[in-house]
Amino acid sequence: MSEMNGKSEIEKKTSQGIEAAAAANKPLTAEEQATAGFFKQLLGFWVTFRTMFKKVNTVNYPEVKEPTADRFHGRHQLNRYDDGLEKCIGCELCAWACPADAILVEAGDNNEEERFSPGERYGKVYQINYLRCVFCGLCIEACPTRALTMTNEYELADDKRDKLIFEKEDLLAPLRLGMIPAPHPMYPGTTDTDYYRGAIKGPHPDQEVKK
Amino acid sequence: MSTSQLLGTDPGWIILVKGLIVFVFCVLCTLLAIWAERRVVARMQMRLGPNRVGKFGLLQSLADGVKLALKEDLIPKAADRIVFVIAPVISATTCFISFAVIPMTGRVSLFGHKTAMQLTDLPVGVLYVLAAASVGVYGIVLAGWSSGSTYPLLGGLRSSAQVISYEVAMGLSLVAVFIYAGSMSTSEIVAAQHHWWYAVVLFPSFVIYAISMVGETNRAPFDLAEAEGELVGGFHTEYSSLKFALFFLAEYVNIVGVSALATTLFLGGYHALPGLSFTENWLGGWFTMVWFVAKIAFFFFFFIWLRGTLPRMRYDQFMKFGWKVLIPFSLAWIMIVSTLRVMSQRGTSRAIIVAFTGGVVLLILLISTLFESSQKRAEKRDELGDVPPPSFPVPDLARFTNSELEQRNV
Repeated sequence: MSEMNGKSEIEKKTSQGIEAAAAANKPLTAEEQATAGFFKQLLGFWVTFRTMFKKVNTVNYPEVKEPTADRFHGRHQLNRYDDGLEKCIGCELCAWACPADAILVEAGDNNEEERFSPGERYGKVYQINYLRCVFCGLCIEACPTRALTMTNEYELADDKRDKLIFEKEDLLAPLRLGMIPAPHPMYPGTTDTDYYRGAIKGPHPDQEVKK
Repeated sequence: MSTSQLLGTDPGWIILVKGLIVFVFCVLCTLLAIWAERRVVARMQMRLGPNRVGKFGLLQSLADGVKLALKEDLIPKAADRIVFVIAPVISATTCFISFAVIPMTGRVSLFGHKTAMQLTDLPVGVLYVLAAASVGVYGIVLAGWSSGSTYPLLGGLRSSAQVISYEVAMGLSLVAVFIYAGSMSTSEIVAAQHHWWYAVVLFPSFVIYAISMVGETNRAPFDLAEAEGELVGGFHTEYSSLKFALFFLAEYVNIVGVSALATTLFLGGYHALPGLSFTENWLGGWFTMVWFVAKIAFFFFFFIWLRGTLPRMRYDQFMKFGWKVLIPFSLAWIMIVSTLRVMSQRGTSRAIIVAFTGGVVLLILLISTLFESSQKRAEKRDELGDVPPPSFPVPDLARFTNSELEQRNV
């Protein structure tokens, strides 16, 4: 019984609320508009006057730089394994995924003298045309080895068209401490599968190329 | 010695120097006004505005001017070349010449010569300003017509119609000032406001002038002559480079001009604010120019504030407001003012003046009540469905349920 009462009360309140909302939405009569409209317009003057003393939203950009959102789509980066070998295998999936046709990949064969990535092939030519790129991130989703990711860097303006076609050396991630620049052999006693599983945690002294 | 007598003793070179000062003053005012407008409107929209060129971006308008001058000067193929070139010149010159009669300072010494910072003091000075403004309309009309293009033509027609209709209201609002000052000379009107500003004594006139000066200068919310969405740029759509710069200059000098006229006629001109007149005695005649500029700045801030607050009006609303509200209202106000003036000059007893004022107030109340009740009756007629069915086909709204109507956004 009490439950029933409670329900009906809620219903009553809801219907009241709806009525109130309907009343609020009801168009004003001409008289109400004439009186309320005049004062509301004066209120508008107060709003603009008050806004003058508010904090401005503008960021003084070149001097002040605000950090982007964590997952902001910026310039691309070609990553490396922890021993310095490149992750890109030249499969061209990124180029195929690209809706703007901004990526060009040409694969090359790895051999025992010159190895850039674990496995058979590596990205010999890798270009991203930032005049075409729309920063949609489909290339990142397509990449099977997480070789291609995006950084937060957004300052991609230049005064020449060809400066905005980024080559492989512009896109490659910097070498971190201990990494050996490719080309060099794989970690001794491992296969490419170990690389893909993330088993390689650093370089081995044998990997250094003797000159 | 009155100001006109004082100005009569000016040698030619002093007049030249004063002309130069007036010109430089107008141009400087324009540069600063554009900067101030952009900065203040930006603040009202929580932006910073131009702050790169010079300290606080103060040189922004100068840089823009240089940029405009260096741009390619295009004359459309369909344009009437001669008129097309003359039109901006007319606009820019007429706005400057109205400054000749504006008193900027009281008595000053210019290179050791006793004078006042006013080029000339015509006995019909204010009429001269109105005349100059009317000639300025030619610039707009000719620019719109000679462009040989649709949008400029429409924009030119709109703004000339606007300027002409609001000039009527403006002229009428000034009549009360003439009646009270007993003169049309600007310097004498300033002198006549020694005790009370006309903005206080003739407050309705001041309000009408303030509204019509916004209409007169084609500024927001009355800037429908340049309504971007409808008319691109209005009469100056086809203009580029220096010719466009001249129109730009003319617009801002016009704003400064109407503000200066408002200052002269209603806010006591170059005199100090009430209670601060000691500054004039202590700091000398040139200091009155500071008061003059401050009062202009006040009006200019009002212009910016309007622009930052109000949306643009529709053309028919604007015309209706000018012809059906401002002009009848100012006509009635002039009648009242002139009656009161004649009464006080003839020494009519106070009782009659009070009775007259009371009668006027009662009459206004009566008219407004009648107007309201007629409006109510019209509303009732609408509610009763006295409206004839439209001659064009309409969807049968009764067929739809409420939710369907909501979905269709009817």
